[in-house]
Amino acid sequence: MYRYDEFDAAFVRQRTEQFSDQVARRLSGELSEEEFRPLRLMNGVYLQLHAYMLRVAVPYGTLSSRQMRMLARIAREYDKGYGHFTTRQNIQYNWPALKDVPAVLRLLAEVEMHSIQTSGNCIRNTTADHFAGAAADEFVDPRPIAEVIRQWSSIHPEFSFLPRKFKIAVSGAETDRAAIRFHDVGLQAVRGPDGGLGYEVWVGGGQGRTPMIAKLIRPFIEETELLAYLEAVLRVYNRYGRRDNKFKARIKILVHETGEDDIRADIEEEYARLKGGSLSVPAEEIRRIEAYFAMPPLPPRPATSDVLEAAKAADGGLALFCAQNLNPHRVPGYTSLTISLKPIGGIPGDATADQMDAVADLAEAFGFDEVRVSHEQNLILPHVALDDVADIHARLVSMGLATANAGLVTDIIACPGLDYCTLANARSIPIAQSISERFGDPERQRDIGPLAVKISGCINACGHHHVGHIGILGVDRKGEEFYQITLGGAPGEDAAIGAIVGPGFSADEVPGAVETIVDTYLAVRRDAAEPFLLALRRVGEAPFKEALYGTR
Amino acid sequence: MQKAATSALQTITANRLADGIVVFLGSHDRWVERIAEARVFEGAEAIGAATAVGEAAAAARHVIGPYGVDVTTSPRGPVPTRFRERIRAFGPTARTDIVEPAFDTSVAA
Repeated sequence: MYRYDEFDAAFVRQRTEQFSDQVARRLSGELSEEEFRPLRLMNGVYLQLHAYMLRVAVPYGTLSSRQMRMLARIAREYDKGYGHFTTRQNIQYNWPALKDVPAVLRLLAEVEMHSIQTSGNCIRNTTADHFAGAAADEFVDPRPIAEVIRQWSSIHPEFSFLPRKFKIAVSGAETDRAAIRFHDVGLQAVRGPDGGLGYEVWVGGGQGRTPMIAKLIRPFIEETELLAYLEAVLRVYNRYGRRDNKFKARIKILVHETGEDDIRADIEEEYARLKGGSLSVPAEEIRRIEAYFAMPPLPPRPATSDVLEAAKAADGGLALFCAQNLNPHRVPGYTSLTISLKPIGGIPGDATADQMDAVADLAEAFGFDEVRVSHEQNLILPHVALDDVADIHARLVSMGLATANAGLVTDIIACPGLDYCTLANARSIPIAQSISERFGDPERQRDIGPLAVKISGCINACGHHHVGHIGILGVDRKGEEFYQITLGGAPGEDAAIGAIVGPGFSADEVPGAVETIVDTYLAVRRDAAEPFLLALRRVGEAPFKEALYGTR
Repeated sequence: MQKAATSALQTITANRLADGIVVFLGSHDRWVERIAEARVFEGAEAIGAATAVGEAAAAARHVIGPYGVDVTTSPRGPVPTRFRERIRAFGPTARTDIVEPAFDTSVAA
């Protein structure tokens, strides 16, 4: 884990005290709501449908047990006993009182956490592959460079008032699990011609009302020059990005309207001025930060665990869990274990304070004290011995956290929707719950195979519906909730934006429509090895449209 | 302040400044958490006067963003006509284990 240095600690403490003073001045009337609003947003405090909401940053989705316990304590003492893990690897509290927020921020600072830059038109929390530092297909841990970016982007004076918010994601593995092509900037670690480490720089991706796949603006930038290049990207955006129209202010619109070649030329011209200057990060500094993220000392173990194999043979539930919720680890005898926050019929991403504590305990007992938050709204123990999986599973069962559905149809991403959000047009959570219940049977889910259902309650697409294999978008039709379905989206290296399949559905009709789509897939797939997305790409939308609307 | 609606019946709602909780203007100009205890104002004149009370409360730092909500009356108290306002008044529909909804939001007004 990265540990704050003196600068980090002093900076967070100062900001906490500064915001505490601002809250006091708001409560005493010195500040009007108009004056206070931008200040609270800079500190992650929103006013939502029912109450204030506090968004806490989880840098690159990495937490220690101590931090997770503090998140649990805050949920218990200052909220209604739960928190909501988001698609940006953060956590949101839905019910904090404004007068208590300074106390919450002080508790967060005790464990080196904060809510700075979790809102507003600035550079937000940098996200990363949730299996970072553990995955078998990874060749560089993306978190050290994400930490370098965090340090550079925190209260960067030039980039505190951008045209719009700015999100960066990093992947260091063959499989893109961080959706880098759907971020303002996506970074993919690559080896250069001489074997040196660097990054592909993808610019101008995003979802929202105008979904765009990022363009590969620079195929290779040395790791030591990455900050200078990012500074150039941000400068071009800050200068030319539109400020006259909120809906056209993201960098994706600038890239689209300027054109790939011209924006590249602008960025390269700016970079030429910055190259080799004060933003060059010495390789030894990157290695120093890397040391914080070193793999824990994993004692050698056999690649296959006799203990686990015997336990699986005796417990079908455990076998199912292992088949679905374990990701290959780079060290033999170990695995990365997904703790699904998608119980059948549950609320995607919600965890109670007791569950958070239980996960912290498991990480401490079995997982070298590490927890990850995935953008898919699950938690991960990145380094556990296969020998310990049966014990972990048993404890997860007792906490209602053992759902064996990672990557399956019930592992649904959903935004808070109209149940909480002032921007939403329709509810997301109840739709997720009804689909989850419809497909709750474990065998049926397994038979269907990998299938990503993603639900947003409005066009802002926090629920990533554009990149769902099946995407669901809630809209307001004459005061009623109504849902459009898209097919064929994909967030990874095969990035695609889903296409609207046809007329929308009422809330009651959505689970049936999804079932029709799934049944159609099962009928057209070549065999069980052909997943939904590949079958859809092979046969096209026609059979799905016909199944959904044939009789209309 | 949002534009006054034209509906015949309205309650005045806002969020309480100190904790953000949704409140309604009740009797004796008190702010109450349950819409069942909210006063219902009828006609432009009464709604206008109630709106002014809301604005004064915002100026006095008790609440944020007061506005009028179209409602119908029911034996259990006022019910907002818009779906979004029903969820706001009665709570998240999906968290019944922790947040007890005061009313079934799926019930049409």
